[in-house]
Amino acid sequence: MINATLKALSQQLAAKAVSSEELAGLYLDRIAALNPTLNAFISVDRDKTLAEARAADALRAAGQAGLLAGVPIAHKDIFCQQGWKTSCGSKMLDNFISPYDAHVVEQCRAAGLVTLGRTNMDEFAMGSSNENSFYGPVKNPWDLAAIPGGSSGGSAAVVAARLAPVATGTDTGGSIRQPASHCGVTGIKPTYGVVSRYGMVAYASSLDQGGPLAQTAEDCALLLNVMAGFDQRDSTSLERAKEDYSRDLNAPLNGLKIGLPREYFAEGLSADVAGVVDGAIAELKKLGAEVVEISLPNTQLSIPAYYVIAPAEASTNLSRYDGVRYGHRAAEYKDLVDMYEKTRAEGFGAEVKRRIMVGTYVLSHGYYDAYYLKAQKIRRLIANDFKAAFEQCDVILGPVAPSAAFNLGEKSGDPVQMYLSDIYTLSVNLAGLPGMSVPAGFAANGRPVGLQIIGNYFGEAKMLNVAHQFQQATDWHTKAPAL
Amino acid sequence: MSLTHQDVARIAKLARIAVTDEEIVAVGAQLNNIFSLIEQMQAVDTDGIEPMAHPQDVSLRLRDDVVTESDRRAAFQAIAPQVENGLFLVPKVIE
Amino acid sequence: MKWEVVIGIEVHVQLNTASKIFSGASTAFGAAPNTQASAVELAFPGVLPVLNRAVVDKAIRLGLALDAKINQKNVFARKNYFYPDLPKGYQISQMELPIVEHGKIKILVGDQEKVIGVTRAHMEEDAGKSLHEDFHGLSGIDLNRAGTPLLEVVSEPDMRSVDEALAYVKVLYALVTWLGICDGNMQEGSFRMDVNVSVRPEGQKEFGTRREIKNLNSFRFLEQAAKYEIQWQIDTLEDGGKVQQATVLFDPDSGETRMMRSKEDAHDYRYFPDPDLLPVRISDEQIARIRADLPELPGAMQARFVESYGVSAYDAALLTSSLKQAEYFEAAAKASGQGKLAANWVNGEIAARLNRDGKEIGDCPIDAARLSGLIVRIADGTLSSKLAKQVFEAMWDSELSADAIIERDGLKQVSDVGAIEKMVDEAIAANPKAVEEFRAGKEKALNALAGQVMKASKGKANPAQVQEILKQKLA
Repeated sequence: MINATLKALSQQLAAKAVSSEELAGLYLDRIAALNPTLNAFISVDRDKTLAEARAADALRAAGQAGLLAGVPIAHKDIFCQQGWKTSCGSKMLDNFISPYDAHVVEQCRAAGLVTLGRTNMDEFAMGSSNENSFYGPVKNPWDLAAIPGGSSGGSAAVVAARLAPVATGTDTGGSIRQPASHCGVTGIKPTYGVVSRYGMVAYASSLDQGGPLAQTAEDCALLLNVMAGFDQRDSTSLERAKEDYSRDLNAPLNGLKIGLPREYFAEGLSADVAGVVDGAIAELKKLGAEVVEISLPNTQLSIPAYYVIAPAEASTNLSRYDGVRYGHRAAEYKDLVDMYEKTRAEGFGAEVKRRIMVGTYVLSHGYYDAYYLKAQKIRRLIANDFKAAFEQCDVILGPVAPSAAFNLGEKSGDPVQMYLSDIYTLSVNLAGLPGMSVPAGFAANGRPVGLQIIGNYFGEAKMLNVAHQFQQATDWHTKAPAL
Repeated sequence: MSLTHQDVARIAKLARIAVTDEEIVAVGAQLNNIFSLIEQMQAVDTDGIEPMAHPQDVSLRLRDDVVTESDRRAAFQAIAPQVENGLFLVPKVIE
Repeated sequence: MKWEVVIGIEVHVQLNTASKIFSGASTAFGAAPNTQASAVELAFPGVLPVLNRAVVDKAIRLGLALDAKINQKNVFARKNYFYPDLPKGYQISQMELPIVEHGKIKILVGDQEKVIGVTRAHMEEDAGKSLHEDFHGLSGIDLNRAGTPLLEVVSEPDMRSVDEALAYVKVLYALVTWLGICDGNMQEGSFRMDVNVSVRPEGQKEFGTRREIKNLNSFRFLEQAAKYEIQWQIDTLEDGGKVQQATVLFDPDSGETRMMRSKEDAHDYRYFPDPDLLPVRISDEQIARIRADLPELPGAMQARFVESYGVSAYDAALLTSSLKQAEYFEAAAKASGQGKLAANWVNGEIAARLNRDGKEIGDCPIDAARLSGLIVRIADGTLSSKLAKQVFEAMWDSELSADAIIERDGLKQVSDVGAIEKMVDEAIAANPKAVEEFRAGKEKALNALAGQVMKASKGKANPAQVQEILKQKLA
């Protein structure tokens, strides 16, 4: 039961083979047993979860249950959820009980999904290793010495460890794809504007996008059906007709044109990962796909451009945490400015402060053109690279990260080393394209490796189709860590 | 380009983050590493390229002028650090 | 040395929308603290701004009235600074691409017409309020006003005197209320002015160093503050001192300005396009629709009043100081058929009485129809100007028409030749000395006789007729 997919669970619930309450109890027991080791959840509330499960059972008894009603889900602690602590991995919001729901949470609630708890994450989604959480790092379920990836490390870990069948995540520079890759689960970051950002604590507004993490592409499609949709409270939410992201899952891949960007297979890619990706490509060729070499010449520039744009937006998005209306306030201060400075020095962790300072500097007087404007121009060049590439192919494939998960503490002293490992994921966010990670094998040290699929704008259904066909032919996604 | 300790202190002040003298030294070194990475951008010719602020080239959607919110002060202030008579209290504001 | 004053003005015009600029919270004034601050105004985590359509429409309305350029693509930016009444730590405003640019406002000072350039007008959100009453040495923050839509209207430094500055803000005030985009309630802060003042030796090309007087909410304060500031700057320079660029506050109690912050501690606002909001795009159709919906503007109406009613340019400017005033005048002028007389009464007696009672034209106890009744009786000779004032006084305190008061008080001017002749004869008979003097060439003696006749008629005799008949009789 604990290894069942979202789809299988929904079928069992529909068949009344299990009740939502029983299912929730099963997961809660497993969380109680394993979370002390993994540290993947920040908040778990047994009573609340069981109450939600009983409500789902009542809906089912009344014949009003939808497809996913009663299935448990874990929410990244970045989505505001009424009555739950929404900390965003920060001391700043350690006492913040949200008075409202994010759009994503509302949609999940309306679908009858049952909240198992709130997953750990890098503080304010800033990080690639989950070591930046106020609540301590999440351990990789495959190897407790390894990082789970970040920032949605808790969400990826709970799905991998079977502490939840599905979880929500957010991706600003790879924060769904990279932990999905490191934990051996499937995750998709949709096209910017597909999932509402309302109630999703902002890191970098023009890059942030919510998405699902699950065992399979099919489950991702089902959960994305729930999470996506127009929301008038987010000015960047796109007004588009509702899509069924699972509609093309079973389409054959004959004639599919796969673009392989030269720059993604160049120096810096570990042999382990290169081997896994090559294997996956060979598999897809067997399924009828064709391969073309493409170029994304400005890939290298995505790192500096991202580390200007994201911190700039973040530096002002995080100005609201001032200890006046909610959240942490310093205990002692001598005046207003002192209160602000102490509150923020105490409430934010080191990486968040670094990014706020970088962002503050690049926007400050006299530097705007040289940094922020320049980065936005490079952003355009990067988007143009993809535009040209998609004239030659249907999807782009490549690695998610240069290597499998590194060890906890290995890079935490050197922010720049950490930033460099985001090389294959950042450009997708800068361009606003959809991207996903699909389990595709293991490194020599036994840590999972994901395959990245990048789609054209609104190409989610096509990507999920490729991923699903791959998962029909392989069993990497069914592997679970021994815990 | 290299950030001086004075620059770091100024940025921290602008960002309202208290930093000790030791932190200025440590953070200054990290920021300089980050900026040496960022400086790679300067080698690229971007003349005539239009800056890209958003992934989608769409216009702002507008909302009708209708009152839709009701008073939720009690719920909102239940999690406030310090309130009195419905006001948020802060150290004296000097104009 | 002779000094030239240079003034530029920024006005924050509160737009009279029902809901806030970026949320559905109410903008109504005077609610209990923080009851109209939604999650958006409180800047809770994850909440986002959604622009109110009415704000854009009203901005376009003003832009068209200023004969300005409407930027069909305009962009919101974040202005970053920390302040407890600014919950996000930034104000959403417009910087590089405002909605309105290059407008103009025509002012009249004395009989001199002058055009003042309007650099730009941009949309932005208001901040909350810090209350400094004693909360155990703390300040209280009320965010009800946060997110109220503002148009910041920025002038060129085109004004050269306090009178010009006053004329400019009054014309702008008339315009925004005329257009119905602002309630004009200055006590509640609906029209707040920042005045940039500098002085330079006459003939010098470069501007002097300016100081900005912040947040004036009445024309009287603007006048006092600007006059004080100009004198202070001149005194400082003549004493060999230097004016430092600074922001100052006006203290109405002392009548003085005092420094709030110098340029050294000026903010670094770190403006950049707000990534939560996309560019605002305005179609040709939208502009055309708003243009078609514009009322006749004060300038056009002034020209028409001069043309159709023969009033002076000066009177026309006064009459159009508000839409209500203009409508009042035109109703009275049309009903009475006496434009000039109507203008004299509206700008004269009525303005004086309203001013004395601290009232607006909308509260005038005599409506336009009743005023025209009075004017008609002046024009047809029933009332002398002296009697007219008497009737006016009576009308002010009652709801009676001019005719009813004339009837009740018997105030009709006597123009009956027979009756006047009789009184003239009596006066001649009773004042032989005056008659003699007049016949001896002393013209003044005629006035004494006329005075006797007027006295006998209790002021009701038509004075012109009295003079005429006296002259005939004594010829």
